[in-house]
Amino acid sequence: MRNLIPVLTVVAVIVAIWYAAAVWLNAQWVLDTAARQDREIGTSELVLETWSQDKPRLPAPHQVVTELWETTVEKNITSKRSLVYHAWVTLSATLAGFAMGTALGVALAVGIVYVRVMDMSVMPWVIASQTIPILAIAPMIIVVLNAMGLSGLLPKAMISMYLSFFPVVVGMVKGLRAPSRMQLDQMRTWNATQGQEFLRLRLPSSMPYLFASLKIAMAASLVGAIVGELPTGAVAGLGARLLAGSYYGQTIQIWSALFMAAIVAAAMVGLIGLVQRLTLKRMGMA
Amino acid sequence: MMWILLGLLAWIAGSALNVWLARRPRSRATSLAVPVVFGVTIIVVWEAAVRGFGISPVLLPAPSVIAARMASSGSVLWEDFVQTVVKGALTGYVMGCLAAFVTAIVVDRFDFLRRGLLPVGNFVAALPIIGTAPILVMWFGFDWQSKAAVVVIMVFFPMLVNTVEGLRDTSAMQRDLMRTYAAGYWTTLLKLRLPAAMPFIFNGLKIATTLALIGAIVAEFFGSPIRGMGFRISTSVGLLQLDLVWAEIVVAAIAGSAFYGGMALLEKAVTFWHPSQRG
Repeated sequence: MRNLIPVLTVVAVIVAIWYAAAVWLNAQWVLDTAARQDREIGTSELVLETWSQDKPRLPAPHQVVTELWETTVEKNITSKRSLVYHAWVTLSATLAGFAMGTALGVALAVGIVYVRVMDMSVMPWVIASQTIPILAIAPMIIVVLNAMGLSGLLPKAMISMYLSFFPVVVGMVKGLRAPSRMQLDQMRTWNATQGQEFLRLRLPSSMPYLFASLKIAMAASLVGAIVGELPTGAVAGLGARLLAGSYYGQTIQIWSALFMAAIVAAAMVGLIGLVQRLTLKRMGMA
Repeated sequence: MMWILLGLLAWIAGSALNVWLARRPRSRATSLAVPVVFGVTIIVVWEAAVRGFGISPVLLPAPSVIAARMASSGSVLWEDFVQTVVKGALTGYVMGCLAAFVTAIVVDRFDFLRRGLLPVGNFVAALPIIGTAPILVMWFGFDWQSKAAVVVIMVFFPMLVNTVEGLRDTSAMQRDLMRTYAAGYWTTLLKLRLPAAMPFIFNGLKIATTLALIGAIVAEFFGSPIRGMGFRISTSVGLLQLDLVWAEIVVAAIAGSAFYGGMALLEKAVTFWHPSQRG
């Protein structure tokens, strides 16, 4: 809580800069229309008009907040104009991809820790796989999977999966190897089987690592779902709102979709943080 | 049928070789050979599967077709590479990392700023920043400037957070020692804190390499001149020229790995003293 005042100050400064930038970026348009209508324009009028355009270059914060309010609270949730509906479309793909990515990541990590060949052959390729800008080929994956008859949720979820399995693999390998030599030897003196060693020692000690990776994986998986929505012809989802907004110059719509994505990301990461705190407390680690 | 058999054979031979190699005492040669064998096996199996099962080139072209395409349209690939990687990603990467570095030093100087900006930076680093691409394309036009701008924003926050963390990574004893030498703020910064921060800074730089490539390519989906890797990928998918798409992917992968590898080498040279490098 000690950080509350500095954080609020920084946020206030950012909002102030935003308002100033809105004036600066939108002023030209206001001046042009005023010149065309042959009317004089004072400074205060100029400022007010830059903050209330229909299609500004940079919408003022209150315009974005108003749009967010109108498209979430005042619209029916099932309506295609409701941002909640679009957020849900994106979120469902994100969660599906996140679940698949986590499962794949944990499975790979267990294999890497227990099988030496996998450790030596797969691990370098897992790392190399992430230097490929997968987001760049996301559209192709979507189109190819569409051609194979897969459409809707699954292709997007697969891109999310590809992005989210990597942090989980890296974190879990580290976590499963976290027990010290001494602890492993102790398990052996108790004549523990490999299964017991895994369940009673390795898995519990990997939990802090797992949760740290899950947070990164969730953020990555949301990005994957949003980019996965771009090439499907802007049907539904936050990515589609972004693309449609950029086609028709609806800047306020772009910004509100962006804020919605931020809210969803923050909520999901916060939720994982909560589960983490509860779990680690139960386990006596926090 | 022949191809399927060959594929199966390659698979068995590859995994047998790897198991044998992994049983040998770990050395530099084996730890290099195992992933190479793994990769070559996958390519051979891929080629055999595409030919054996007659998979349509529209779905998945064979590696040999992709290689032929790379050889025949080298000039197109080079043009796209220059447009996206050199002009878009590299320019943005340098500007973004420098800006973040300078900001980090200022933030570190004032504790109030650090406590306020760091949580905000951490929060922003987790957001889907790629979504700002359409806005920046609208502001800076279709050419590489808008791509560089997207890259700047994408690399800024991870770099900032890492550098600030790194600048705090000196012990009180080390700082006290500098004080006994009568070293001022700048001398302490240059001689002690910046070198100590290098492992963190390079961590940020390495994370930023992949982000930079992704940002530059994805930003091209929102509008670009008629060259660039993102443009080529999205239009070639529409024309069903999957071999060209895969050729671009190979170029992107090589560029990404080289970029990351270059940073890793530089890290090794600069932070040779760090325990993780001496290992």
